[in-house]
Amino acid sequence: MTAPASTQILDLAARFPDVVSTDARPGFSGFIVKKENLVEVATALRDEFGYDLLSTVTGVDYPAENKMEVVYHAFRTIGGPGIVFKTQADRVEPIEVPSLINVWHGADFQERETWDLMGIKFTGHPDLRRILMWEGFEGHPLRKDWKEAFFEEETKPFKSRWPEGNHLYAEFRNPYRDNLNFPSGFDPEQYQPQTEDQLYFSLERSSIKPKDADLKTDSIVVNMGPHHPSTHGVLRVAVELDGETVTSLKPVMGYLHRNHDKIGERNTYLQIMPYTDRLDYFNSMANNFGYAITVEKLMKIPVAERAEYIRVIMAELTRVQNHLIFIGMLLNDLGTLYTPALYAFEERELILDIFEAVAGARMMCNYFRFGGVVRDIPDDVMQKIKDLVHDRLPAKTDEMERFLNENEVLMARLKGMHVLNAEEAVRNSVTGPCLRAAGVPYDLRRADPYSVYDRFDFDVAVRYNGDMYDNYLIRFDEIRQSLRILEQAIKQIPQGPINSQKPQYQVRVPAGEAYGRVESPKGELGYYVVSNGKPNPYRYHVRAPSFINLTALETMCKGNKIADFVALLAMLDIVMGEVDR
Amino acid sequence: MEENKYEGLNLPNYNIPEDIQNVVSVTTLDRLYNWGRRWSVWPLMFGLACCAIEMIAAQAARYDMARFGMEVMRPTPRQADMMLVSGTVTKKMLPALIRLYNQMPEPKYVVAMGACASSGGPFKEGYNVVAGIDKFLPVDVYIPGCPPTPQALIAGLIKLQEKIDKQSIRKVRWYQKGKADPNYVPMPILGPDLIDVRRNAEYKEAAARKEGAA
Repeated sequence: MTAPASTQILDLAARFPDVVSTDARPGFSGFIVKKENLVEVATALRDEFGYDLLSTVTGVDYPAENKMEVVYHAFRTIGGPGIVFKTQADRVEPIEVPSLINVWHGADFQERETWDLMGIKFTGHPDLRRILMWEGFEGHPLRKDWKEAFFEEETKPFKSRWPEGNHLYAEFRNPYRDNLNFPSGFDPEQYQPQTEDQLYFSLERSSIKPKDADLKTDSIVVNMGPHHPSTHGVLRVAVELDGETVTSLKPVMGYLHRNHDKIGERNTYLQIMPYTDRLDYFNSMANNFGYAITVEKLMKIPVAERAEYIRVIMAELTRVQNHLIFIGMLLNDLGTLYTPALYAFEERELILDIFEAVAGARMMCNYFRFGGVVRDIPDDVMQKIKDLVHDRLPAKTDEMERFLNENEVLMARLKGMHVLNAEEAVRNSVTGPCLRAAGVPYDLRRADPYSVYDRFDFDVAVRYNGDMYDNYLIRFDEIRQSLRILEQAIKQIPQGPINSQKPQYQVRVPAGEAYGRVESPKGELGYYVVSNGKPNPYRYHVRAPSFINLTALETMCKGNKIADFVALLAMLDIVMGEVDR
Repeated sequence: MEENKYEGLNLPNYNIPEDIQNVVSVTTLDRLYNWGRRWSVWPLMFGLACCAIEMIAAQAARYDMARFGMEVMRPTPRQADMMLVSGTVTKKMLPALIRLYNQMPEPKYVVAMGACASSGGPFKEGYNVVAGIDKFLPVDVYIPGCPPTPQALIAGLIKLQEKIDKQSIRKVRWYQKGKADPNYVPMPILGPDLIDVRRNAEYKEAAARKEGAA
């Protein structure tokens, strides 16, 4: 239980007096950087102050002030609090902000997302295409003046949903009788859809020249997905191949883009909770956790003591089942069809039984509330948890390790296959087990402890080779550490109320901003919420670890064989609900 | 139980001697045909969203869809009988989904699993969400839930088996000459918004009306 490595607050305004000012709006923190000097300040933050990990990039639209703001959160991988800095641009087309991709490569996809959804152009970004929507889509949906086709009112609860309201189907309010919106005078017969040339041009053409001039070879582009059994959902990847070797690769996503941010900004604070379940649908408890602590930060309310322990128990059970599924699915991808996955699902069902008993649903738990949790753990369920944690899960983990780890085929496929080294991982903002398998002991439960994690005795699982085998073994390490935490949490859990607040449908959230983050099984799961004191968040953004980890996919796969691509993708442990949101 | 193997195959009211019950069956061609198909509905291996995880759970040991002859997930549409739309269909994904459906050989069935596939579900208001796959594909069975539990999924698939039982070789369209598939879906186009080419005239008219109003 060490103190965070660095707790002093950096005074950036003193270092760059004319360029940086402190954000003085009530409830806000951090610094506002002039956009002309953004790259200079960011480079200094990385090189002089050691903020090597860029966590989020997102935009906020302020039409009333005629401004667009880009918000950055950067952290140190040695731990401690982060820094938030912002830059503002006038809301006059074109809205331009310099790109930070050369300072932190992890900004790549996030800047593309901000361009796609907010319409902020990042000058200097080499490949600024839409990422979640398709090229040719009309408008930038997260702008405050952009209305979706089924728009009814700015914020919920809608008046038509009250008992006295005359409810109309959304379809009947829309001129196209469907979830559609075309510009006026649009003629569908004359429309020429945009081609995907831009995507294919963005692939680096193979530079490998055949030594033998008689043998003419050419590289080919292969599209994997969105319907492919091994892309873990609806991910599409355009791969450029030279023979069997991957020379360039671009993930194409958005096939499951469910408009989480836009719907979130219409919802009330509590209404968002069930939507967070559906982000990373393997780990709804972890998603709830992140959102709950973010809003609690804004509301400045404490969490009931017993609820803190219940939260930890649920989050760690979630981690165990996620990593078990990871192992099963990885072996599926390696060719051990189904058998290990069936073993993993057997254990997962037992954990889901616990979730069902406490929350009422197997997968979409919707269990956390601001200030606590919604229901207590009944005694018989507690007994079940104890049995699982003390007997069943450790034994089954041992069993899986015994069956799999020394397997000759598995070792031949995984050992020595480079995934990421520490530098590449941090550069691409990779978090979670992949970062720790590359030798960086960055685990938010230790690096920036939240909830009651500072009370438990556990080790941060870390391995140093950065190869696939280490990436695989670290999941077992994490399962063991999670079980250790669970054992202590079960022992220490106090009696008492499960919520520090009265149950309420509408919470009062003072104006301000908050960024809350938890160590989800996939990596750093962050929520950025801006409140203006109304019952709905003004801006709601999710920092999805799966999405940002994908930034490193090209680095990981370049030079490897296409047959290993599927296994390398499995290493990132992506879930499309979280990638596309 | 030996008899269970022939469940639904024998016509009632025929007393087959006990010692040849596993060898001889008195039945109609329709019954034989439907019996063969209902116990081998091969789903297209196709996960869209959260529901796909429950679909996998239904395949796994505890629920074991193999009991219903549905464990053979086919990654290629050419070998699949049933498309299990397991999750939110987005506008960006829809062209791929339609292409898969058009590639499936007949007879083919569509099951809308969960609230999203049935109606758009909690994400209906989203700008990238298709509010129900039935706007494009002919759905045979809707399964409610968000996500439906594996039990609910299996209940829905049993409903599909019951539907198959009622079909007759003489009447089903795919064995009749010169009858084009009325459910054939032309590929939608991704334009400023999703363009369903069957509704082009309607869009044009509404867009012109909008211009007049503006």
